[in-house]
Amino acid sequence: MAVYEHGYKPYAGSLTPEWSRFLILPRHAYRDTFRSKFFVAFFAVCFIYPLVAAILIYLHHNVNAIAMMQIDVRELVPINASFFHYFITTQCSLGFFMTVLIGPPLISRDLANNALPLYLSRPFTRREYVVGKMCVLLILISLITWVPGLLLFLLQAYLEGAGWLGQNLRVAGAIFLASIVWIVVLAIVSLAVSAWLRWRVVASGALLGIFFIPSAFGAIINELFRTRVGNLISIGAIMNSLWSSLFGLFQRESGSMRGTQNGRIIDVTFYEPPLWSSWLMLAIFCGFFVLLLMRKVRAYEVVK
Amino acid sequence: MNPVIELDGLGVTFGKRHILQDLRGTLNGRAIGLLGPNGAGKTTLIHTLLGFHPATAGTARIFGQDISTEAKQIRALIGYMPERDSFIAKMSCVHFVRLMAELSGMPSDAALERAHESLFYVGLGEARYRPLDTYSLGMKQLAKLAQAIVHGPKLIILDEPTNGLDPPTRLRMIRLIREIRDSGEARIMLSSHLLRDVEECCDEILILKDGRIAANCNLEEERKANRKFIELEMRGDNRAFAEAVGRLGCEYAFTNERRLKLVLPEGIEIRDLYQIAAEREVQIRRLNFKRDSLEDIFLKAMEGDAMTATATATTAATTAMGGNGNGSL
Repeated sequence: MAVYEHGYKPYAGSLTPEWSRFLILPRHAYRDTFRSKFFVAFFAVCFIYPLVAAILIYLHHNVNAIAMMQIDVRELVPINASFFHYFITTQCSLGFFMTVLIGPPLISRDLANNALPLYLSRPFTRREYVVGKMCVLLILISLITWVPGLLLFLLQAYLEGAGWLGQNLRVAGAIFLASIVWIVVLAIVSLAVSAWLRWRVVASGALLGIFFIPSAFGAIINELFRTRVGNLISIGAIMNSLWSSLFGLFQRESGSMRGTQNGRIIDVTFYEPPLWSSWLMLAIFCGFFVLLLMRKVRAYEVVK
Repeated sequence: MNPVIELDGLGVTFGKRHILQDLRGTLNGRAIGLLGPNGAGKTTLIHTLLGFHPATAGTARIFGQDISTEAKQIRALIGYMPERDSFIAKMSCVHFVRLMAELSGMPSDAALERAHESLFYVGLGEARYRPLDTYSLGMKQLAKLAQAIVHGPKLIILDEPTNGLDPPTRLRMIRLIREIRDSGEARIMLSSHLLRDVEECCDEILILKDGRIAANCNLEEERKANRKFIELEMRGDNRAFAEAVGRLGCEYAFTNERRLKLVLPEGIEIRDLYQIAAEREVQIRRLNFKRDSLEDIFLKAMEGDAMTATATATTAATTAMGGNGNGSL
């Protein structure tokens, strides 16, 4: 169907592999995402910490630099599981704010203008659509979490030697797993919110609310009942427990305080909820939002 | 060669409500018109063919491929233009059509090239870089057509393509549909409330009523049959006249007290009617030669029993449309 011919002709060329078509969505989404100067600036800011971490690792292994600064960086910031745990926690927090910026319009734009029938009338399934939209977040947040995390790990392993790598392989797995779990949670929640709330500002507010309001309630429960069970409704606390466990830093005993009971002074020890309950709550949380998401991602709604 | 669409006892139920029931038939036309009153199940049938709703009974095949087991392969053969506004805001038209082409499996470069071509083809060449949300209704309809044909499908499903279009844009849309039909490269399924659009574009019609097939006829064949159809306006003892005409072997029906429609069989001439009228002292005030329009076929299908209408549609739809010779007295 050349322009000069102006006639209808079928397409006889090659086709892309079916498995790769979900990647079309992120490619087209990034065109809009990176049009925003604010987002580009934020994205650049997300690489400051990895850069600082890389410099710290370098300084650890540069005797001249240590001598010049007259500070023992090795004692100040040891490169161990806690270093990477802190790195991932910080970068994942930035990932959350990135989600608040780019997550809300992902599906709502298609739903607002009834574009879903156009997607789903092609050899493109609902699942591919959802995975494609998730990849928009998955790829971007990966670029600021586990990708720089693993690069830092490799840099450290390269400078420290094979022995260190062998002893800390678990940390590499933790960097990857901790990031992926968080990214998937963010993607599911933001897509569900985007599918249900069509106003960007409301959707962004809802995202913040979903993550912070239960945390506040959890803190109130913890305070009132002198327990840590409230952490089970705080997604932030759940993730902290899971990240700590993945890095091998999890401790159930999380503090103690002195109080009175029947006029007697007693010591109260707080215990974090067991890990299995955190995983369970996370699964329930994600399952709920997946259900919400799949109810909305349909070519047409059947009105009862 | 496989028929375009085969309906094999297809049924769709939402909750306890039967939307489509036991649809059977084979559709082979180059352009198939899908007609029916509101709520007849036209859009549900289209959605079921596209795999949006699962069939709860029976199945259907498109070019021999089963909709319940080969939905994805079928969708690769189909281009769909939905009834409602469907686009992605803040996206230029060429970008939108390119995205749709890529989702159909075309490589990025080829998709871009075809997007430009199809937009020129539908007449949006000059406006292709404008964001879709700035388009007029007519332009959005044409953009929807462009995205439906960009990947060169074998079957193009158009749901109310002329909805809300001004006359020139409607004519443009009809011309495009006819061009695609006549190219022979794609079959068309056209769902419309506007019988005139279906008449102009389609050679086969499927009429749905209450989720059942009310009529399925080949307009081309009906046009060829071209039986003579007369409409009379009379004064006097019309009943006696009609009975006498009936005894000559004419099929007849009163449209109101003074108007009679009848089909003349072979060997019966107009002067025989005048003779009977003179004998019964009936005045023939007006006599029109007519042929059944699609509207007649449609109304007949709506009045009749679903199943009988299917059988009679081909015979009673005495057919085709086109002009009507006028023989006023």
